[in-house]
Amino acid sequence: MFEGLTGRLGDIFDKLRRRGALSEEDVSAALREVRVALLEADVALPVVKQFVAQVKERAIGQEVLKSVTPGQQVIKIVHDNLVEMLGEGADINLNAAAPVPVLMVGLQGSGKTTSTAKIALRLKTKERKKVLMASLDVRRPAAQEQLKILGEQTGIATLSIVPGQDPVAIARRAMETGRLEGYDVVMLDTAGRLSIDEELMAEVAAVRDATKPAETLLVADAMTGQDAVTVATNFNDKVGITGIVLTRIDGDARGGAALSMRQITGKPIKLLGTGEKIDALEPFHPDRIAGRILGMGDVVSLVEKA
Amino acid sequence: SKSSSKLTDGITSIFTKRKLDDEALEELEELLITADLGPATAAKVTAELARTRFGKEVSPEEVKSTLAAEVAKIVGPVARPLLLDPALKPHVILVVGVNGTGKTTTIGKLARQFKAEGKSVMLAAGDTFRAAAVSQLKIWGERTGCPVVARDTGADAAGLAYEALERARAEKVDVLLIDTAGRLQNKTGLMEELRKIVRVIKKLDETAPHTTLLTLDATTGQNAHSQVEIFRDMVNVNGLILTKLDGSARGGVLVSLAEKFKIPVHAIGVGEGVYDLRPFDADAFAKSLMGLNAE
Ligand SMILES: Nc1nc2c(ncn2[C@@H]2O[C@H](COP(=O)(O)OP(=O)(O)OP(=O)(O)O)[C@@H](O)[C@H]2O)c(=O)[nH]1
Ligand SMILES: Nc1nc2c(ncn2[C@@H]2O[C@H](COP(=O)(O)OP(=O)(O)OP(=O)(O)O)[C@@H](O)[C@H]2O)c(=O)[nH]1
Ligand SMILES: [Mg+2]
Ligand SMILES: [Mg+2]
Repeated sequence: MFEGLTGRLGDIFDKLRRRGALSEEDVSAALREVRVALLEADVALPVVKQFVAQVKERAIGQEVLKSVTPGQQVIKIVHDNLVEMLGEGADINLNAAAPVPVLMVGLQGSGKTTSTAKIALRLKTKERKKVLMASLDVRRPAAQEQLKILGEQTGIATLSIVPGQDPVAIARRAMETGRLEGYDVVMLDTAGRLSIDEELMAEVAAVRDATKPAETLLVADAMTGQDAVTVATNFNDKVGITGIVLTRIDGDARGGAALSMRQITGKPIKLLGTGEKIDALEPFHPDRIAGRILGMGDVVSLVEKA
Repeated sequence: SKSSSKLTDGITSIFTKRKLDDEALEELEELLITADLGPATAAKVTAELARTRFGKEVSPEEVKSTLAAEVAKIVGPVARPLLLDPALKPHVILVVGVNGTGKTTTIGKLARQFKAEGKSVMLAAGDTFRAAAVSQLKIWGERTGCPVVARDTGADAAGLAYEALERARAEKVDVLLIDTAGRLQNKTGLMEELRKIVRVIKKLDETAPHTTLLTLDATTGQNAHSQVEIFRDMVNVNGLILTKLDGSARGGVLVSLAEKFKIPVHAIGVGEGVYDLRPFDADAFAKSLMGLNAE
């Protein structure tokens, strides 16, 4: 059902055998297909529109290189623009006085707890940091136990569980423990919440105010559809995020939400969750995600040719 | 509802004192796309509207209800409640799906519902992989007053399922709900493990599982197609539950899923609590996509 862009553009490209500069007509025809391909890849509509307008402006009048067909030329422009809009990845920012608070937020089931442990493990092994993890999730059954077990599996300390404490109190205790026991980083895992849930959004804003995190990471599922707009907008406006962690990139979703969330928040995609195992975390590379969104594994070699 | 107000505003502004022309239709199509219907289905539904109303003066209400009726016509046939076969002791329900979509929570909600109907219910903690998955289901068991068959994390899930079914049969329980670990549909190894659970269950009752439920997260976009297709092919999914419809996502991908796969949609999840499960109502769903529901 979901063709890659190359397949989708096949017919149109066959008509574009002419040499010379790309005409408005050629470009418009190709961009109609690009629009559908992006929508099928779950890029949010407002972002698709902006993208298509940008590409159109860049493409019209461009000389077609000798080595490629006009169609390939359009794909190259689309791809390059996509890579540019996806932006570069970035490291976890630990530029703050120790213990550095890192706050994890997102919708229910997006992968916050798993990503908390993955990031903690990464900081421990790659940067030799002493990390404390704390679960502020007093809602989901066995959420605190889940983080505790992940801590045991990775050899990372977790804050002791005190029943009855609210999330802000747990966050304060975590920071206090972090200070007293000399931790470099305190990872704060929170309960999943809907971005339209005013009460719970206010709760996580209170945690932010109590801890002043150096990083507030929005953990989002790579399978997210058009709702990426609402989620990214609300978490960014109400909590203020500093970066995005995109999970389940090991699935077969085209991952258009990456582009949507990046565009809407202007915040970098910092890390990708690539599996259920605790070391399945990778840095973000825009070109790989671009190829994936376009449904073209071969896009890099194609672009190199051009 | 709170989440569809954007859609409502859009349609209202498009059609106030306007003819249904190409431009209006395009905007309408875009509004459907933002509800996750996908570009193809959005185009199709809009074309149907154009066929009957093109060029006419139409009020926003009229447009909305025509479109809602169109959508309801597509999803209506799949809106079917989950009926237990009283002859079965137990009716085995296997719950499968991608990670974090709401399997365990939905089992808790279903357990409460069946108990309220006077059925005896047993739960099986078939997620022997994820940290604290067993504890999570045990808490749902306590909340709903249902026994939970469990083994330690790391145990063989198929073996656990077999043991649970043996017990449920011996105790003549009405329903056995089996939880499974979340898995992405493109992971063939994990999908094989799921098939193994089914094979092992069949050794005791070759008609089981009687219902194989797939939980779909309403936040998911077009990848839901791949989820339904592969889970159906691998383990004969014959029922869907759309979770997290209390959020801002509208779950519009269900429209094309209903058309393509015709798998019954038994219920929707509307929250994290034990009562937050509702029957899937095609008209209400279609109206909520169009921003027509009043409450
Ligand atoms: N395949 C895959 N699974 C993942 C990834 N990240 C998390 N998961 C799985 O997704 C499910 C949910 O992950 P959690 O970390 O519990 O999600 P959460 O956001 O903490 O969930 P709540 O606390 O309930 O809101 C679990 O089954 C994880 O194993 C990933 O990158 N790939
Ligand atoms: N708002 C809302 N949250 C839900 C709903 N259903 C489940 N959740 C939440 O989503 C998260 C994941 O739910 P689980 O039931 O653990 O999902 P799962 O499919 O069993 O997850 P894994 O076993 O890790 O694959 C939890 O935080 C639940 O409370 C729903 O209908 N609405
Ligand atoms: Mg969690
Ligand atoms: Mg579960």
